[in-house]
Order: sequence, then C-alpha cells, then structure tokens
Amino acid sequence: MRSGHRNSLSLMPVLFIAPALLFFVVYVILPIFQSFYISFHEWDGLGEMTWIGFDHYVNLLDDDRFYTSLKNNLLWLVFYTLSVPAGLFIALYLNQTVTGIRLYKSLFFFPFVISQIVVGLIFSWFYNPTFGVVGHVFEFFGAAPPSILGDERYVTYGIIVAGLWPQIAYCMILYLTGLNNVATEQIEAGRLDGAKGWRLLWHVVLPQLWPATFLAIVVTVIGALRSFDMIAIMTQGGPYGSSNVLSYYMYETALSEYGYEMGYGSAIAVVLFMIMMVFIIAFLWKMYQDEKDWR
Amino acid sequence: MFPRPIEHAPVSRRIIYQVMLPISLFVWLLPLLAIFMTSIRSAKDINSGNVFGWPSSFDLFANYSGVFIRSNAGQYFLNSIWITVPTVALSISLACLAGYALAIYKFRASVPLFFLFIAGNFVPFQILMVPVRELSVQTGLYNTVTGLVLFHAAFQTGFCTLFMRNFIRALPFELIESARIDGVKEWHIFWYLVLPLVRPAVAALSVLIFTFVWNDFFWATVLTQGESSKPVTAGLNALNGQFVSNWHLVSAAAILAAMPPVLMFFLMQKHFIAGLTLGATKG
Repeated sequence: MRSGHRNSLSLMPVLFIAPALLFFVVYVILPIFQSFYISFHEWDGLGEMTWIGFDHYVNLLDDDRFYTSLKNNLLWLVFYTLSVPAGLFIALYLNQTVTGIRLYKSLFFFPFVISQIVVGLIFSWFYNPTFGVVGHVFEFFGAAPPSILGDERYVTYGIIVAGLWPQIAYCMILYLTGLNNVATEQIEAGRLDGAKGWRLLWHVVLPQLWPATFLAIVVTVIGALRSFDMIAIMTQGGPYGSSNVLSYYMYETALSEYGYEMGYGSAIAVVLFMIMMVFIIAFLWKMYQDEKDWR
Repeated sequence: MFPRPIEHAPVSRRIIYQVMLPISLFVWLLPLLAIFMTSIRSAKDINSGNVFGWPSSFDLFANYSGVFIRSNAGQYFLNSIWITVPTVALSISLACLAGYALAIYKFRASVPLFFLFIAGNFVPFQILMVPVRELSVQTGLYNTVTGLVLFHAAFQTGFCTLFMRNFIRALPFELIESARIDGVKEWHIFWYLVLPLVRPAVAALSVLIFTFVWNDFFWATVLTQGESSKPVTAGLNALNGQFVSNWHLVSAAAILAAMPPVLMFFLMQKHFIAGLTLGATKG
C-alpha cells in the first residue's frame, strides 16, 4: 500500500526526524553508554576518572545495602502488580450506566493525576502513629499504634500500599476503556451458551481485554522498578536503609551527603537498567509482532 | 455489556449498588479528604491532636495564604510553569515532525528508529542521571529552568513520537498520496494537511506531558539546587522539612501543588484518557 518514492523523497524523512533524534540521542541514548563507561571507573564527579574494570560490580556482590534494595525491588514488583487485578475489579464495579457514573469514574481516577510526592506526603501523615489516621484507628481499639514507616518490618509494604493507590486508578482507567470496546455480540453469545459471572469474565471478556491487560502490566512493572519519589519523601530509604530500592540507593550513592561515588552509583544504575531491559525487550517484541500484523 | 447492566437486576440489588457507590468513593478518596480537612484546620487543632473531630475554626484562607507568605511557594509555582509549558510545546513539536517521518515515509531505518524512541522512553532515570547532570554542569545549564526544559523535552519526545507516529499512521494515507500526485510540496503536506488533522493527538499529549512534567520530582532534585529553578514538587519536599509538624500548612501546600494537573484533567478528561490508553482504545 505504502508508495515508495524512495529516491525523490529520501532526504525528507531525515529532515523531519533530525531535530527529535538529536535531542533524544544527546539526552537519552548517549548517557546510557556513558553510564556504562563511568561504571568501570572510580570517580567523585570532579577529579580524574580512574579505570578500575569490574571492581564496582564485584563489590556489589558483597554489599548488603545492594541486596536489601534488590529484595525490596522484588517486593515492589510482586505487590505492585496487584494493581492490575484490583484495577480490573474497580473497572467492573463501575462499568454501569447509572446517573452520575461518569463523575464517579473520574473521581476514582483522581489519585493518578496527583504527583507521587503529594501522595507520599498524604500517606506519611496517614501512617503517623501520633496524629495520623492509622494512629487514631489503633487508639480507638485501645491498641498501641505501630509506626509503619519507622519499623523495618513494615516500611516497604507501607510505601507500596501508598504506591498502589494511584496505580490501581491507572489500571482501572485502562480497563474501563477496554470494557467499552468489548464486542457486545460475543458476550450475548456467551450468555446464550449459559456462561455467566466468572466463567463469562474468564473465557469471553478477559481475552478481549488483553490489550488493556498488557498495557497495564507494562506500566505497572516499569512503575514498580522506577519507584523513587515515594521513597524519597516518605523514608529516604530508612530506617537504616531497610526501605531502599535500587533507584534510590543509586541516587544516594552518587549524589547525596553520603558522598559522590559516581562510579559505584553508575554500576547500580547499570544493574537496574539490565533488569528493566528484560521487560523492555519483551514489550518491544510484542509491539514488533503487532507491527508485522499491521503491514 | 459486562458485567450485566444493573438496570436488569432486581430492585434490591439496584438500591444496594446506588448506596454503595458514594460509600466506596468516600473510602477510596479518604486519604485525600483527610488531608483537605487538615489543610483547613488551625495550628491549635493539630497540636492538641484534633485531627478527626470538628475543626475548632476554619482557617482555609489563613493556611493557604500562609503557604505563600511563609515560604517560596510563589516562586516554585512560577518555576513549574516556566518548566512545564515550554517542555510541552517543544516535545510535541519535535514529535509531530518525527512522527510524521516515521509514519509516512518508508525507509530502512524507520522501524528501528521507532523502536529506539519507545525503548528510550522506558529506561530507568538513574542510568541517565550522572551523564545528564554532568552535561548540564558543563554547558552551564545546571540549576536553570532551561536545563530542565531541554532534558524533559528530549525525554518526553520518545513517548510523544510513539503516540504521534501511530496517530498519523491511522490517518487515511490516500489523502497524502493524492496531494503528492497533485504536486504539493512535502513540507506543505505536513503543514496544511497533516497538522490540522493531528489536533486531537496534540491535545491528548499536551495534558499528559503537562501532568508528567509538573509532577516530576527526580529530575528537579538532580538538576537543580537553589530556589531560583526549583519546581513545586521539589519545593514541597523542602517545605515538608521547613514546616515540620505544621501539618495544616504542609497539607495546604500539597493540595496547591496538586491543583494544576487536577484542573487540567477535569477540563480535558477525554483527551487525557485517550493519551493514557494509547493503543487500548483502538478498535
């Protein structure tokens, strides 16, 4: 279908794409390679860089803080993904046509629009054992309130719950749009065959919602691995580094009062990048398949 | 429609649903309501532990104006606007051009370039952090609004190009082909034919990028230091330290910081959702 005026037009695409590509290469593509390069060096960000090969990576293997962060990243991945079924649940709950439902849908979506910094602040206050909501609830039942963000056992879960709130809203909106596009005839046919409830959902509706599910999983996984803002505002990785994740640990190492270890920080960033690459490649593979179908 | 429309359910279930709706919404938004209630309380209430009860006085105006009087919030807001608006304009302009090239021309690098833009969009920020900061310091863009604009625009171009390319690709190609046959210049095809047609995509991207950039915290901490270029998110973090345990002020500041994207969302809801769901709405 697409006509190939290749020769006459060959310069045009270059002109159109050059500005965007220039920006993107300078600020996104090149820095990735530079980070790899820096990770093989000892560097405080000011003086000379010293080549040390894989030393930083070897040191990572012995770094407890690194393992804590990695473990927390895993927790984030596992529990953050709960926002996908939770989002589906709310979407099904709201997929009705009663009066005012549009307003309900947008108000349920509300938390996603708010900055994670604000969400983090809200929940810090919510969890506060002395004057927060959680503290009051425990007091009401006559129990001593736990300090969720001050206790190594609960802190990561506390932050993840705060993170779930906007993420569920996001997944919900993806599913609500998906439900709009579900083929009515197939559902009616399924109903005629006697399917209803969970069976209808599982065999007829969910397969049609696959594009929404796929996108929800992608944004949730990326979001889980990117989590930074909430940790920065709620705990700064504390207490004692117990709520750290790779993204925050990297920042702390390379750019905070703990010192400017740019080389070591970059090595952490490279590890995070490699983990993310697995998901990015999977996503690209899926998009590539769709592209082929489209042509 | 799935689940079965509630109109077809027995009256009792319909009533339960209608009653449950506001209750569930209340629970869902409870954290937000709680912080709003806190933002209109007096310092006395906060200190005496009256967080749930009826406020002893309504200090909405005093607290919200207090945020501006007692901190640099005004400056932070201006900075956020100066960072966000140019970023939106720049990244979408770049993406219109690039998206057009990737959607309309058939050339060997087209698909790899497209995938490059997508992949770049998903990388963790930390892999860019040290080099981008270094680049900004070297070029004198560190701690400037311009520095943040250039980085954000470059990064958001990835997502915008993905979106634009798919949008332009879904336009009827015959339009462009017949214009070519009529001898219309390529640049004119882009400017007079395609640009007016991509207006919905521009609207969707504008609200979305506005929200993303307004809410950015990471790059604000990495690329700025002083008050002169700090946006509201980083400012709020600073305020949180400055107003320790003055929760009525922190809450008011938090709500103020959240306002612009919220307004944007409610005014342009349709575009916002179209942007967020990209491919999922197709069909």
